[in-house]
Amino acid sequence: MMIKDYRELTAAEIVRRIRAGQLKAVDLAETALQLADSEGRRLNAVITLCHQKAISQAEQIDQKVASGNELPLLAGVPVIVKDNIVYSGYPTTCGSRILENYISPYDATCIKKLEEAGAVIIAKANMDEFAMGSSNENSAFGPVKNPVRDDLVPGGSSGGSAAVVAAGIVPIAYGSDTGGSVRQPAALCGVVGLKPTYGAVSRYGLIAFASSTDQIGPLARNVADCALAYEAIAGFDPNDSTSAEFDHPPYSKSIEKLSTKKPRIGIPLEYVSEGIDDEVRTMIDKTIEKVDAAGYEIEKISLPHTEYAVSAYYMIANAEASANLARYDGVRYGRSAGREQGLDTMYSETRSEGFGTEVKRRIMLGTFALSAGYYENYYRKAQKVRELIKIDFDKAFDSVDLILAPTSPTAAFGVGEKSGDPLQMYLSDILTVPANLAGIPAMSIPCDRTADGRPIGLQIMAPAFGEKKLLTVAGQIEQMIGYNYA
Amino acid sequence: MDTVDKIGYEAVIGLEVHAQLQTQSKMFCGCGIVFGAAPNSLTCPVCLGHPGALPVLNRRAVEYAVKMILAVGGEVRKHSIFARKNYFYPDLPKGYQISQYDSPIGLGGSIQIELPEYSRDIELIGIHLEEDAGKSIHPEGGEGETKIDLNRCGVPLLEIVTRPDIRSPQEAHRFLSKLKLIMQYLKICSGDMEKGALRCDANISLRRRGEKSFGTRTELKNLNSFRAVERALAYEIKRHAAILDAGGKVIQETLLWNDDDQKSEAMRGKEESEDYRYFPEPDLIPIKLEQSWIDEIKSDQPELPDARRERLAKEYDITSYDAGVLTGSNELADYFEAVAAQVEDTKRVANWLMVDVLREIHERKLEVGEFFITPNMLAELLCSLESDIISGKMAKEIFREMAASGKSAGAIIEEQDLRQISDSTKLTAVIEEIITQEAIQVQKYREGKRQLFDFFVGQVMKATSGKANPEMVNKLLKEKLDG
Repeated sequence: MMIKDYRELTAAEIVRRIRAGQLKAVDLAETALQLADSEGRRLNAVITLCHQKAISQAEQIDQKVASGNELPLLAGVPVIVKDNIVYSGYPTTCGSRILENYISPYDATCIKKLEEAGAVIIAKANMDEFAMGSSNENSAFGPVKNPVRDDLVPGGSSGGSAAVVAAGIVPIAYGSDTGGSVRQPAALCGVVGLKPTYGAVSRYGLIAFASSTDQIGPLARNVADCALAYEAIAGFDPNDSTSAEFDHPPYSKSIEKLSTKKPRIGIPLEYVSEGIDDEVRTMIDKTIEKVDAAGYEIEKISLPHTEYAVSAYYMIANAEASANLARYDGVRYGRSAGREQGLDTMYSETRSEGFGTEVKRRIMLGTFALSAGYYENYYRKAQKVRELIKIDFDKAFDSVDLILAPTSPTAAFGVGEKSGDPLQMYLSDILTVPANLAGIPAMSIPCDRTADGRPIGLQIMAPAFGEKKLLTVAGQIEQMIGYNYA
Repeated sequence: MDTVDKIGYEAVIGLEVHAQLQTQSKMFCGCGIVFGAAPNSLTCPVCLGHPGALPVLNRRAVEYAVKMILAVGGEVRKHSIFARKNYFYPDLPKGYQISQYDSPIGLGGSIQIELPEYSRDIELIGIHLEEDAGKSIHPEGGEGETKIDLNRCGVPLLEIVTRPDIRSPQEAHRFLSKLKLIMQYLKICSGDMEKGALRCDANISLRRRGEKSFGTRTELKNLNSFRAVERALAYEIKRHAAILDAGGKVIQETLLWNDDDQKSEAMRGKEESEDYRYFPEPDLIPIKLEQSWIDEIKSDQPELPDARRERLAKEYDITSYDAGVLTGSNELADYFEAVAAQVEDTKRVANWLMVDVLREIHERKLEVGEFFITPNMLAELLCSLESDIISGKMAKEIFREMAASGKSAGAIIEEQDLRQISDSTKLTAVIEEIITQEAIQVQKYREGKRQLFDFFVGQVMKATSGKANPEMVNKLLKEKLDG
């Protein structure tokens, strides 16, 4: 049975109604599956529908409700996950031809946690191939349309995840953020997106792009749902050596209580300087005025090494990617070509056919950065810059609690507008990569629209493991802004 | 080495050894390690390099590395990191090997080697941890499909690299034997080269004696036994010397040793100047070791071969050579000490072990630990010998019987009534009777035909069915005949 007001329902409301017996998880699942199949396909935001498992997950929730069992955090909430999170039983393509028919033999920790939390996994979302891109135009399965307007990109690389949330197909989706891949599409599609602290969410089962900055993060239509979605997947995982053991409070509950003490907010000069679209700057300034007017202490700060962040990021991320993507060699799984012509032919044909242009470009760049004679000048130097960027943030957080900035230098741009110019595309990440390099949590919330109606995202950054404060203040600012999602 | 000496060259040899650690599970996943298991049966998403899978370090592998570093007196570094070594090969699922590069867990250390004429220390550059790759099984004759077995993939390895301190193939052999022995004492590696548990690459160059700088080196791979190492190095020394003598230049290259044809062959392909593009492994955090943990491992270290050899020589009053043989395996040394604790004459115990026990073990192709004549059984036999219940000759016979039947010495002595006659009254009576019976021979003996003495001994033995205590027979006979 289709649920009429489904697209307006928040995750929190769904859980409430499931608990109250007013909604059936199976009906929700069927509604979401149908929407994913129609609107999701129209936007090209989904790659695979997970029909069978979704229905069985939903049935389990309905049985729990019927037997009066305690219900988990996301009981019955339809979610969509980016197609770089492995989910056994369905293809995990990573947006690439090389994994077109690849079915993982295991589930990502994130998937296990979602199942434990009672979420119903509806589909796998489209994405830039191997999460490399800022417009979702690099998917082997075609570009994703921005639900705001068909001729706009949704951002990337989690473009599919942002689009399905913005289009109301699911209240919560999961993406991954290596250099801004959750926050930037969230900003461009007008939804909330969180990149957690590095180590807060297990990377086990997230197909690696750049291991030292990859993090799975949620996207939702409001901060409260985002907190709920984050709470479900966060926490230490013994299968991921880089995952952290940390205090893991119930974010969804704690953000309901407004803290009495007003936080000190830092505005980094470097994030509102040249290169930022005038309209974006104006809207961010207006938001800051509102925050100021609400009595928050606003302080101008400096993050002096910001200008080197994009270069350092692309050096490190591509170096790691060049190694991470070496396993796609046609030997054990995924696409394999030229086997009969011998080993070298198999390698080159498999990888030539399987990888798209941007992926090849980054493998080449990363390989170069690690090569003998270049390592010191490129990879090593980039690591030094990374340290300096971390120090910038450490110093800033000595005097402020949170940092506010735009998420993206521009609002959503047109399909094909930047795809011919990789460097221009890389600069879309200028405001998001520093948080990845520093490992700190950052989120994007919609703050306004341009004159022609394109959403603008406000980025909020916090010290490592400061998600509770981050989500709480984001919720407060969300109320001040009063953004209209419709 | 002799030929090299004559023409005035000195060999400069360095070894790079890979030792598989005997952990229960692999280095970065929970898969078991069993030699000879069905191909690809011991694998999982992690060691198969499936997308999204991540490594988790096996603590035991680190512990074993620390044991080894401590055993060779190296520096255990409290902070070390893993690095990715990038290269494409079908039996390397991730396209990189997780290894250590510029920040290994162990630095320095040395291993003492003993040769007949001298002993010396071979210095180590360092010891690091890495994962093993899988195995490529190429078709016979080169035609057809190559098969990949990834059971070995991810087995923890220690890489031990020496300084170019080794000067002869014999020294290289001794170094490997000693290394294997140390690892066996530590119970961290079987040292079985045939099964690939211990693998060795060697590099070698020659230089004029007295020269400081090194000559051009070649690298030898595919050295599958201690003897292959020795033979391959000897071959390369001759080959280098011949080239240099002819005024030629040695080409720096990697060679494969062909043990069937007894020669080194150039390796085809690009292996040479490969750029491994090492960089820190982002999926693993640095290995950080607490001093207290290192101390704990240190205090649990077993006695090592050198120390045990020295102690055995001193404590049991045996030669250093004998002690060296007896400490050739931990089990043999344990066996020795268990017997020696119960027997007065420890030198005799050492001889029995080195001759009789080792002979039986080798003939039966057993390990010391599998030998069914237990230390207590041997001790019983030797005590019977010591307390004159049996003679030395009888002891040897009884030992063979024990080895054949598995019975104890006591049981054999009782069953066959082998108790030696050491009662001097009884023996004197027997001797007096023989002297009476053999009056003519006695006469001859007393006239100077001394060689007849053995005849009388034989008569006494005959009369006592061989049970007479030989020493007493000798003594009493002398008294009676000469007295």
